[in-house]
Amino acid sequence: MSNVKQIKTIFQREFKAYFDSPVAYVFLVAFLVLVGFLTFGVTMYYERRQANLTPFFFWHPWVYLLLVPAATMGLWAEERRTGTIELLLTLPVTLVETLVGKFLAAWAFIGIALALTFPVVLTTAWLGDPDFGAILCGYLGSLLLSGACVAVGVFASAISRSQVIGFVIALAICLFMLIIGFDPVINAVAGWGVPANIVNAVASCSLMQHFDAMRRGVIDFYDIGYYIGVMVFMLSAAHVVTDNRKAS
Amino acid sequence: MLTVSNLTKNFGSIHAVQGVSFTVEKGEVLGFLGPNGAGKSTTMRMITGFIPPTAGTAVICGHDITKEPVAAKRCIGYLPENAPSYHTMTVTDFLTFIGKIRGFEGAELKAKVEGAIAKSRLESVRKQTIETLSKGYRQRTCFAQAILHDPQVLVMDEPTDGLDPNQKFVVREMIKEMAADKAIIVSTHILEEVDAVCTRVIVIAGGQIVANGTPAELRARDPQGRLDLVFRNLTLTEAQAHV
Repeated sequence: MSNVKQIKTIFQREFKAYFDSPVAYVFLVAFLVLVGFLTFGVTMYYERRQANLTPFFFWHPWVYLLLVPAATMGLWAEERRTGTIELLLTLPVTLVETLVGKFLAAWAFIGIALALTFPVVLTTAWLGDPDFGAILCGYLGSLLLSGACVAVGVFASAISRSQVIGFVIALAICLFMLIIGFDPVINAVAGWGVPANIVNAVASCSLMQHFDAMRRGVIDFYDIGYYIGVMVFMLSAAHVVTDNRKAS
Repeated sequence: MLTVSNLTKNFGSIHAVQGVSFTVEKGEVLGFLGPNGAGKSTTMRMITGFIPPTAGTAVICGHDITKEPVAAKRCIGYLPENAPSYHTMTVTDFLTFIGKIRGFEGAELKAKVEGAIAKSRLESVRKQTIETLSKGYRQRTCFAQAILHDPQVLVMDEPTDGLDPNQKFVVREMIKEMAADKAIIVSTHILEEVDAVCTRVIVIAGGQIVANGTPAELRARDPQGRLDLVFRNLTLTEAQAHV
């Protein structure tokens, strides 16, 4: 299928573009340092004396919140700034192929950052006897969560003229989608007298709740479907926006 | 090869292009003349499928740009204004990317990239990243991406803008070499270019075509045969003429 080939070409260019600048390496180091610091320093991984990755996965939504928008902010904004958008959109590719290619490239980049956290797994395996099924499930959940954040970032970049605005919008949307499922927020809202079923309904739309189950080692197709749904929705929104805005 | 019919674009209440129609045949080099803001770039962006027209359409080699955009885009080579390209890529990588997107692979891809590099005289800089190149080379790199697939229709938006006289000469030579078997549209506001490369001229002002003919016909409109005066008369509005 020629579609897949076009997506692959866009993907390769975009993915390679990350590593054309030193920012990619700074990003990877920042990601690993942040995750490491939060896991070992803040949630006291060693002191807990438990051979599981709960304190590690706990931080992933918050790290993605900060770093995924940084990785995605340039995807469209940079094309607009340099004028290459005019080149890209007059080549014989469809907007869907371009969007999917860009999305997958950014997701793969975040995936690399996630994969580089493997020493945490090795540490845990060396110290104790962890449940590898649960760890794998946690990683899968984390990957899906990051994919949803990347899709939000692609959308934010599509509606933004500059990278900074793209970053802020992506951060705002991700933050909103996280905190509506964050326990302290849910409890506070429930405390205002909002009916429980409404609170639960809203919380079930959050990025957080679906990750919560997976980081504990529970795979539910409902959760996987949710993340895929968010990705498809955000990319569709980006498609509509780009189609309408490319003229300006 | 290229038929533009009643192309219209409104940006809100601004009528950027109003009912522009013309055709370009194989072997023709059409000069697209007009002052800044006349609607040249907007027209070209609609022909190449970058922005959708408010009304009207362009048919490229039998493919309607609004109905079969991908098929139409395959037949066009486009050099946008300011010659954008991915600055962190090398010339060869950039052209290989364009070649892949254009559907070439393997030995054919290699041959197309080599051909484009040779025709655009880029051998000496092919391994350099585009950000390290001078403006003339950047322009030629973008030119190379436009001709890589040997398109039947070539659209160039101010291809010599900002180049020094020697670089302008090279670009014009490249256009002339290409002219025999293609339909070419070149926008410019440099009048000397008209004589240098164009077989036909369209003058556009205020989003409308105000003249369409050969350079000689256009020249004949002024008793002294001066193109600049013809251009002035055609494009200046009443109010501007008295300033």
